[in-house]
Amino acid sequence: MTLGEAEMSLRPDVAVPDPESLLEQPGSVWRIAARRFFQRKVGIAGLILVTFMILVAIFAPLIAPYDPYQNFIGQSGAERWLPPCVNAFGCEGTQHLFGLDGNVRDFFSRVVYAARVSLPLGFTVVIITIVIGTVIGAIAGYAGGWSDNVMMRIMDVVLGFPSLILAIAIVFVLGPGLRNTLLAITIVTIPQYARVMRASVLSVKEVDYVSASRALGAPPWKVLVTRVVPNALTPLVVLGTLGIATVILEAAALGFLGLGAQPPTPEWGSMLAAERDRIFTAPHLMIFPGLAIMITVLGFNLMGDGLRDALDPTLNK
Amino acid sequence: MIGYILRRLLIAIPVLIGVLVVVFLLIRLVPGEPCTAMLGERATPEACAQFNEANGFNEPVLVQLALYAGNVINGDFGESIRFSRPVGDIIIERLPVTLELTIAALTVAVVVGIPLGVMAARRHNSAADVAAMTFANVGVSMPIFWLGLLLAYLFAVVLLGTPFALPPSGSLSPGVRPLPFYEVWGWEISEDGFGSTVAEFISNMTVTNALISAQWAIFWDGVQHLILPAITLATIPMAIIARMTRSSLLDVLGRDYIRTARAKGAVERRVVRRHALRNAMLPVVTIIGLQLGLLLGGAVLTETVFGLAGVGTALFEAINARDFPIIQGFTVVIAATYVIVNLLVDISYGYFDPRVRLE
Repeated sequence: MTLGEAEMSLRPDVAVPDPESLLEQPGSVWRIAARRFFQRKVGIAGLILVTFMILVAIFAPLIAPYDPYQNFIGQSGAERWLPPCVNAFGCEGTQHLFGLDGNVRDFFSRVVYAARVSLPLGFTVVIITIVIGTVIGAIAGYAGGWSDNVMMRIMDVVLGFPSLILAIAIVFVLGPGLRNTLLAITIVTIPQYARVMRASVLSVKEVDYVSASRALGAPPWKVLVTRVVPNALTPLVVLGTLGIATVILEAAALGFLGLGAQPPTPEWGSMLAAERDRIFTAPHLMIFPGLAIMITVLGFNLMGDGLRDALDPTLNK
Repeated sequence: MIGYILRRLLIAIPVLIGVLVVVFLLIRLVPGEPCTAMLGERATPEACAQFNEANGFNEPVLVQLALYAGNVINGDFGESIRFSRPVGDIIIERLPVTLELTIAALTVAVVVGIPLGVMAARRHNSAADVAAMTFANVGVSMPIFWLGLLLAYLFAVVLLGTPFALPPSGSLSPGVRPLPFYEVWGWEISEDGFGSTVAEFISNMTVTNALISAQWAIFWDGVQHLILPAITLATIPMAIIARMTRSSLLDVLGRDYIRTARAKGAVERRVVRRHALRNAMLPVVTIIGLQLGLLLGGAVLTETVFGLAGVGTALFEAINARDFPIIQGFTVVIAATYVIVNLLVDISYGYFDPRVRLE
């Protein structure tokens, strides 16, 4: 759980924009939100960091000087755990910005390529989670009664576990690897989204335009899909942005425990685990993957905070 | 209040049962025969038959579940394959280490986080505020296993030889053997029974045990070993608590009654302490409760980094050794601890804020 998520779990309805409060301003809800988002430094800082990491992931083959799997054994000056060698700083050997790892591979290339593992994983998990969380939360909130009870009690049981512990148990059962990491983190994350969606649907379903739609004779599923869900989605957008940060941290943690991405795939968490016995002799191998995780996570956290502020009607003054 | 506690209990009990069922079924989802999964691929059919009989795997799944639930309620978590010892005994060895670490981390988080948040709110938009909130944002974005490695490097390598050097692993220096507090006190404790379990449990909390039995050298050694893991584990909750304190206090400081207090001439310090802080603490208390899941999950990572023999490392080692009874038992115990602590947080919340009881 990140800062923003923790606060959202206390006030899950905080980001539902009240349509009336927005009437005084021209433009759609989203255009107003975008304008407000760009007025605050926090969100912009987050957007810059996130854009930077996405660009790194997309253009990894252009940025990385070497193949992340290429082995430098036998080349002059190449040795295991070689410290960083930057030509601009006066190092005369072959340039290795972050040095070489325990398998004599260019560490900079590996850190760059690892962005192609963590970022897509974060986005995939959050998109799947939002879809499933929306379906569960919307049905539970709109239908109420026994289906609400059954679904929410199941969610309670999943929330009864500390999320990392349950994810560890699930990956253990399914076997280590990236795909199972994705599945495990998805399972442990859904309840939080379902709860927020349910709370959001409950607050939207009594609004006048929903009652009007119902009074006009629209079937319940149509009211739910066309009137309730689109207007209840806002908190999930905020939660999802903050959620990518959490997912990336949890995936890195599973990688660190040896349950996530398997070697030789470059992944920040498992790279840290592979070299952790070297922290006293080759600290550079420990600094850079962690820094990469931190920049990515910080970016999504700041962007999520900015989005929440932009969508929060209580700040609409 | 009693009605409220009963309602909370009624919600917690099905969750506890659900947790037990989920863990039980999860372990049975492991592909292949439980026998070959636990004893290895080369287990002979005879050994398997014996193993299945001994563990009740020949019974229908529901009967197995009922048997397991019954055993767990009696404190019997089965026997570890790797150590050939009851899982319950291992829990009594390991859980105190994790609890002590978690409590230490939570203390650090609260003691540092709340003043940090108060300072940021009182000097809203000042440099100190911006610095505190930047610190909070960075702190919450760091993977804690990375932070742990960095701290270990800083305090055990860079600062080696200075008075600030701290040990990077273990919970006591090698060769240090603390006496259990009951031996120091000269208590006679019978081998079996609840009393000896509790005494054993407490004596396994290294620092607490040394403190209550006045073994000062060992106490200091234990504290030194606990500092880095506690700071590592405390960072994220500390950041969250600081930010929650700040936003809650800012909210309260804008209320009318605060203006009244100021208008009648109360000193700012008194306004903050007596009038604002008390009302601002409620969401902070809730957020502290919400941190426990994070702390228990983080403890696994922290213990792995600092080589502490707690629940986390036990779970981690058991996963590598495919020691199913330990994985099953420890997951149930961790989740049950989590559910019970959350129940206590809910109840205390009802105590602090009477409105909650009526929902």
